[in-house]
Amino acid sequence: MSTDSNTKYVGKAPSRVEGPLKVTGQAKYSAEFSVPDLVYGYVVSSPVAKGKIRKIHADKILALPGVIQVFSHENVPTLAWFDRSYKDDVAPGGSPFRPLHDDEIKFSQQPVALVVAETFELARYAASVLEIEYEQEKHATDVEALREKGQEPGSGKTGYKPPVRRGNADKGLSKAEHRIKQEYIHGTQHHNPMEIFGATVHYHPDGKLTVYDKTQGVYNCQQYLKKVFGLSADKARVVNLFMGGGFGAGLRPQYELFLSVLAALELKRSIRLSLTRQQMFSLGHRPHTVQTVELGTGPGGELLGLKHKAVHETSRFEEYTENVVNWSGMLYQCPDVHLEYEVVPLDVFTPLDMRAPGAATGSIGLEVAMDEMAYEAGIDPLEFRRRNYADRDQNEDKPFSSKKLREVYDEGARRFGWDQRKMEPRSMREGNKLVGWGMAGGVWDASMQKAAAKASITADGKLTVSSAAGENGTGTYTVMTQIAAETLGLPMEAVTAKLGDTTLPEAPVQGGSWTAATVGSAVKSVCEALGEKLLKLAQKMDDSPLKGAKPEDVEFVNGLIRLRKEPRQSVVLRDVLQVSGEREIEADSSVMPNPLNMQKYSMHAHNAVFVEVQVDEDLGTIHVTRVVNVVAAGRIINQKTARSQVLGSVVWGISMALMEETVMDHRYGRYMNHNYAEYHVPVNADVRDIEVHFVEEEDPHVNPLGVKGIGEVGLLGVAAAITNAVYHATGKRVRSLPLTIDKLL
Amino acid sequence: MNPFTLTRAASVDAAVRDFSGHEAAAYIGGGTNLLDLMKENVAHPQHLVGLNKLPLSSIESTTGGGLRLGATATNADTAWHAEVQQRYPLLSQAILAGASPQLRNMATNAGNLMQRTRCYYFYDTATPCNKREPGSGCAAIGGYNRIHAILGTSDSCIATHPSDMCVALAALEAVVQVQGPDGSRQIKFEDFHRLPEDAPERDNTLQAGELITSIDLPAQGFAENFAYLKLRDRQSYAFALVSVAVGLELDGNTIKEARLALGGVAHKPWRDKAAEHLLKGQPATEATFRKAAEAVLKEAKGQGTNDFKIELAKRAIVRALTQAAAGEQKASDVFTNSNP
Repeated sequence: MSTDSNTKYVGKAPSRVEGPLKVTGQAKYSAEFSVPDLVYGYVVSSPVAKGKIRKIHADKILALPGVIQVFSHENVPTLAWFDRSYKDDVAPGGSPFRPLHDDEIKFSQQPVALVVAETFELARYAASVLEIEYEQEKHATDVEALREKGQEPGSGKTGYKPPVRRGNADKGLSKAEHRIKQEYIHGTQHHNPMEIFGATVHYHPDGKLTVYDKTQGVYNCQQYLKKVFGLSADKARVVNLFMGGGFGAGLRPQYELFLSVLAALELKRSIRLSLTRQQMFSLGHRPHTVQTVELGTGPGGELLGLKHKAVHETSRFEEYTENVVNWSGMLYQCPDVHLEYEVVPLDVFTPLDMRAPGAATGSIGLEVAMDEMAYEAGIDPLEFRRRNYADRDQNEDKPFSSKKLREVYDEGARRFGWDQRKMEPRSMREGNKLVGWGMAGGVWDASMQKAAAKASITADGKLTVSSAAGENGTGTYTVMTQIAAETLGLPMEAVTAKLGDTTLPEAPVQGGSWTAATVGSAVKSVCEALGEKLLKLAQKMDDSPLKGAKPEDVEFVNGLIRLRKEPRQSVVLRDVLQVSGEREIEADSSVMPNPLNMQKYSMHAHNAVFVEVQVDEDLGTIHVTRVVNVVAAGRIINQKTARSQVLGSVVWGISMALMEETVMDHRYGRYMNHNYAEYHVPVNADVRDIEVHFVEEEDPHVNPLGVKGIGEVGLLGVAAAITNAVYHATGKRVRSLPLTIDKLL
Repeated sequence: MNPFTLTRAASVDAAVRDFSGHEAAAYIGGGTNLLDLMKENVAHPQHLVGLNKLPLSSIESTTGGGLRLGATATNADTAWHAEVQQRYPLLSQAILAGASPQLRNMATNAGNLMQRTRCYYFYDTATPCNKREPGSGCAAIGGYNRIHAILGTSDSCIATHPSDMCVALAALEAVVQVQGPDGSRQIKFEDFHRLPEDAPERDNTLQAGELITSIDLPAQGFAENFAYLKLRDRQSYAFALVSVAVGLELDGNTIKEARLALGGVAHKPWRDKAAEHLLKGQPATEATFRKAAEAVLKEAKGQGTNDFKIELAKRAIVRALTQAAAGEQKASDVFTNSNP
């Protein structure tokens, strides 16, 4: 790919390539593939949070004509025995939940049986009348009540970083002129993508399976099937071409995969299984978290000490971890830092990464505390952050590979008009409403993983690039198409990108905001490899002007291969293909992060969010009237899909701040608002002006493309900025989210 | 959801007959609530009598100068009906404050009256609920009851009626026309829904097999001075935490006639005639409004997580009365929702 700024596609704003398929209904989701002779499954969920299944009275419903089988722990065949067989790529430590494994109930809504019938309606009805006797045991689900039982995790899951300590925070704080110490809480949240988790398993006559499953990682699911059911790779093809939202919910194989494959293998039939919206609340969640933050500043507003502790729940069987507090040791300069992180095992399902896991939580605690500290010290909140700018990652004691957060602050403040802000709370009004301006920000990992890709070009000049990554709706197909077209000088229409299929080269789960960097780099690499092959073929042509040229001497532009130094010396790519006599030319490649650069640099994306709220103080209603979110995330490959990602994050931030919470009734250990009517996320009327801007960074160290990923960073700081704006409007500091009407009255 | 049979009735008589001829029958209009209840195993009708073919979808004037809203006219058609908008903008606004356009396009007027509570425990068969399973207990008492009632509750139920439309109908003194196996009768709106007492399984006073044929509005529509104020957790597609319907008739600054009803606070739309009486003959001032608000909530009882509703309801009443007196909401305002 040309690395100069004269790109044709990269960095521009092409529309998503799969858009027409989606708006015409041709994009197929996992539970809607047409397969002949389907049977249907329906999951029965436990009404109790802890206990034992005493008896399942399956006979009565098996007698119903059309009911085929009731799967439960009573009749599940012997499967893999060891825990490690059930561990997926992103499993935390512990013993993964095995559906229908034994009579033990570990959490409310645990799947306890699968009813299979000839029609969906019959399966659903039979499930509703299936009689099951339970032996109930005492459960514990309240993390706030049991926070003292928290313990620092053992090893944690991949990517977990133990809490950082440096200097002596208590000593630092004791020297401070101004100090604050506060507690911040937010409730449980569930990912709740629009598309329900579901699978269609096609049982082929030769016993092979094609598994259409809703997942963010087809290889992760295939590995699971191989280990749990002892299937070979060619017997278990896993496919997921499109996704109606994942947000982390599809990182781990969910139980619809296990149950549908189990039934298909046992019955030797194709099966479809969809969870219900209510059952979506039986999947992983962002944990209910209690945070304490303590800050102290010196005479110039410099941070002298910082303490941040977080406690949240995990399940009894797995030790879920996320990085909640470490960002606080990195975002601002501070010599004396003490971070603590604990989890409390409870009778709930294991939490699961949800957009910007840990950072979304930690940035609420830290960034609201920073606002409180700014007010305590009498310094403008943005100026306060500038004064404590971290030029170096103090956690790792490394330089940043790039960091333009100062420019982000400047750009955000200018576009928002921050200099017009009056510091005093309750000092701004519009009509009878109080107006508040608040800001906050965040930091997120710029990650890259190992991935493979394949490219092939046919004689008619059509290029196909493929990698088994996923398309969460983020724009991966489009970004792959752009990079491939750019690298080989083809129009985007000549490129087809393929994703989400275990017959394609291996790629990691779609998460961590690493897909553009990972799959993008793999596509770039494989297209360059293909380019080298094409160059060799071009050089074999009679009178080729490219004879003797090295790959770095040529460029692929507008369907030509030409010399960089003498652009008029070129051959037409299509002629090369035709003359070569080959029907198709292929290349494979794989990429991995550069370990030297990773050792040398701290690689992170940053953002800052500026928010205006209007508050009707009498009625406690809050409207977020304006949001400016500025993001520095390296190079932006697609301005349009990147902006859409951040827009979605802002909407989610509004949701976190004002409405989103899964509420548990601890008497039952059960989430009670488990439907879309009572689990609130914003509607159009809740969302007003949102501006998104990127401060682009040239970063030669982070990865070959210089991208940092924007899936998650955009969410950071939004909820904190809203909370801070509400304080500015009303003078009332709410430290428990969501900030619903009752908390402001 | 259990298997069921469905017939589509061609006349009201046929519908009533069909209902009476089946075990566990239920009428179905738009189905926007009943189908959910069936899918969640809360309702188990064996037979459904479809009503959408009945000639009950018109909206027409009555001889008394009022307006008759057909039972099967959709909420959307009713809210956007020219005469409703001009003469009963309070009703129009209340309907448009509820649900979503898609739901309002399906939901019928009679169905709106018949919708059941949104109590979390009522919908979750893993928990006890006296309304769903009489005698099993009320899990909302002592539980998560943020959306529950503060007025007219009993030891067996603290559920609310979720409708917006019905709050306006209560304020407007609508009359419900019904027909059943024993003939037809009319029910005053205030007598239509009931308080839970010791029989929360009964939401209203309809007798078995009775079918709503229309909802009649009297002539007076309070089109000049009205307000529908709805407070909720998001700005659309959420049930009311508290809503207030107000209709005033003013003589200068003196209140000649007042109607005041609340939603989201009780097992039925909560009309308070005593509070209305306190308003009548008084100047339309904040002091007057406060007095009325205090009176409405005098007997209110919080259940824990819904305690805030008592103060919120008072403030909402004052705000809605203020808006109505000022003529702030206009008949032409139906496009904007009634949020503050």
